[in-house]
Amino acid sequence: MAGSPWKAHGALERHSLLLLIGIVIVVAIGGLVEIVPLFYLHNTIEPVQGMRPYTPLELEGRDIYIREGCYVCHSQMIRSLRDEVERYGHYSLAAESMYDHPFQWGAHRQGPDLARVGGKYSDGWHRDHLTNPRSVVPESVMPPYRFLAETTLDYRDVADKMRTMRALGVPYTDDDIKNAVQDLRDQDDPTASPTGLHARYGKNVNIRDFAGDPGRITEMDALIAYLQMLGTLVDFSTYQADAPNNLR
Amino acid sequence: MTDALAMRRQGPPLDAAVYLVVCLVGAFLMTVGAAMSKDPLFQFEAEIFIVGFLAGAAMLLMGIMGGAFRPEPEKYMDGVIRAGVIATLFWGVVGMLVGVVIAAQLAFPRIMYLPDFGPLNFGRLRPLHTSGVIFAFGGNALIATSFYVVQRTCRARLFGGVTPWFVFWGYQLFIVSAALGYLAGITRSQEYAEPEWMTTLWLVVIWVAYLLVFLGTIWKRKEPHIYVANWFYLAFIVTIAILVLVNNMELPVGLLNHRSYPVWAGVESAMVQWWYGHNAVGFFLTAGFLAMMYYFVPKRAERPIYSYRLSIVHFWALIFIYIWAGPHHLHYTALPQWTQTLGMTFSIMLWMPSWGGMINGLMTLSGAWDKLRTDPVVRMLVVSLAFYGMATFEGPVMSIRTVNALSHYTDWTIGHVHSGALGWVGFVTFGSVYCMVPWLWKKERLYSNSLVEWHFWIATTGILLYITSMWVNGIMEGLMWREYTPQGFLAYSFAETVSARHVGNVVRLVGGLMYLSGVFIMVYNCWRTVRMPSVERAPTLAMLPAAAAIAAE
Repeated sequence: MAGSPWKAHGALERHSLLLLIGIVIVVAIGGLVEIVPLFYLHNTIEPVQGMRPYTPLELEGRDIYIREGCYVCHSQMIRSLRDEVERYGHYSLAAESMYDHPFQWGAHRQGPDLARVGGKYSDGWHRDHLTNPRSVVPESVMPPYRFLAETTLDYRDVADKMRTMRALGVPYTDDDIKNAVQDLRDQDDPTASPTGLHARYGKNVNIRDFAGDPGRITEMDALIAYLQMLGTLVDFSTYQADAPNNLR
Repeated sequence: MTDALAMRRQGPPLDAAVYLVVCLVGAFLMTVGAAMSKDPLFQFEAEIFIVGFLAGAAMLLMGIMGGAFRPEPEKYMDGVIRAGVIATLFWGVVGMLVGVVIAAQLAFPRIMYLPDFGPLNFGRLRPLHTSGVIFAFGGNALIATSFYVVQRTCRARLFGGVTPWFVFWGYQLFIVSAALGYLAGITRSQEYAEPEWMTTLWLVVIWVAYLLVFLGTIWKRKEPHIYVANWFYLAFIVTIAILVLVNNMELPVGLLNHRSYPVWAGVESAMVQWWYGHNAVGFFLTAGFLAMMYYFVPKRAERPIYSYRLSIVHFWALIFIYIWAGPHHLHYTALPQWTQTLGMTFSIMLWMPSWGGMINGLMTLSGAWDKLRTDPVVRMLVVSLAFYGMATFEGPVMSIRTVNALSHYTDWTIGHVHSGALGWVGFVTFGSVYCMVPWLWKKERLYSNSLVEWHFWIATTGILLYITSMWVNGIMEGLMWREYTPQGFLAYSFAETVSARHVGNVVRLVGGLMYLSGVFIMVYNCWRTVRMPSVERAPTLAMLPAAAAIAAE
């Protein structure tokens, strides 16, 4: 097209569909360049030892974490900065959230990062803290969650949730899904046989009465089970942070 | 709008009848769903839709019986815009009130929480606040002003018969369903994209209808050129559709289950979310509101847009560059560094097209700067541009990796968002509403200019308190987190940084309260304006806005 570009622009100003197509093309480029390669560049997610899908109880706990909006104030992403690594532990790896649909990295810290909170405090501390945060941390601005301990966990659809996750690529087996309800109950019961859970989710899976309320499975049990496994899966003794494959 | 005359003869308009059927079928399907589902949250969501659909059906029935849908193709369709202005004010009060409540919760956690009642906890109210101000207040302002502007600049009545009303009420149903859902604990946990699959599907329906109304009106235009404000509205509508569709790719746990899981996981999920999140800012809160600026600033100042060429350059540059900026939310995370670097580079470049818009708006006042003194509405619009310039300078600074290392995760980000939201989005909306209320209700002027002055000064002071307290809090906690003792230990526990923020949290609460009081003053002023005697000055399609003259250049 000859002439000034301002005149050429007149065509876009006179034809709404041209304008619309122009807009779609212009806004598509950035997203395509930044998002699409993440799916085929192999070094986006590091190979690690120890990652496994959530147990049924942890999965339900994670849904309560989401329901209550914990992500609003707590991040789950330790940045590769000296003070963060010293405060919270090894910086977070992409592999550690590979089964998180969606991610829970968060964007703000009214409260501390939780990426590696698992095993840092006792179950009792978590129960007290969730019931009344200021009873253990006087400065805290966190809401109290006493009702979680009083609400029985509704896990009727846990197998459906795992089936949905599997359809999205989380490697749950038929066995995992068939035993979902039993596994959920067993994980909160220290008297039950741990064989099935160990076979399906590994020897490191936490099995105990998380909220200290024998005979009941409450939302508190599920949430604490989830919190107590956060950041504990990857075996860092076999992970070499400065191996060329892991430098990104 | 095939044949208006024929429709008048046939009695009930076809489109209203179609929407009536849609409402009744929707209510029926939702009732069946609620009865079959075992998921109490699904039932809750379905019940909201049942009430909404039945209310819609009742309104349609009354409209059809009362003959309200008789088409008047020779007049602008202003009823839906008046409703939009009222909805904007209503949701503004609600969204900001919730903001004040959650600010109070952070300032006084010992008295502001109910230990046995989850729905009013910070984690559930905060999405209600963000969605309330962005999508309910901002969204209604965008829909109402876009309907106003597109009719005037095209000199054509809104396309689609009752469809604009369907868009308006459907959007309110989306808002109510999302808002009550948050309180009940229905959320996808992705910021500014929390509504679950059912509510999102409904939004998609509404958005397609909205796009059709907007495009259809442009197709009917009597002006050869599409005015610049409409480019921005179109970019906002189309891009938001793309963003919502991609970020909401998800699989419901069941058709009778409220819960869904997104296709994206981990690092890809983070990238998609912040591609969405930053462009909710870029296209909802920037492009859309720039469109308002491009109509109401020249119209109110009675001056043409400063530079037509600048508007072309900064329009294309803005929408091209904004889309890249998302990864600056993910510096030093597990997102690959090449992506972080791209995000930072484009975020810095974004400064220029952003200021292009600010300059184009400010310089439009050339020769009319005295209005800054004499017309508080012009002052509000100009100050909104000043805040826009400030926020779009601060943003690129914060996107620099080393600055972001300090600012990320802190209250600085909250302050930055609010200088944009309160200063830019809020003020440009207030200015536009102050313009539209007398025009829409056919009054000579606003009830009181001095109340606008009060609104302006209380709100401006409130914003300054808000953003300075958050600067102090954010930089302070960022520095405390990385402070080391001479022996090489971390100097502060996390809890110490929480208690150090207390004073800032209280100041922020005061600032927010002041801003909210300004809105109450505005509501009162608008209400008194509406009650003033009308002057008969019906706008006709022949009225050509001064601003549109530029398009013929």
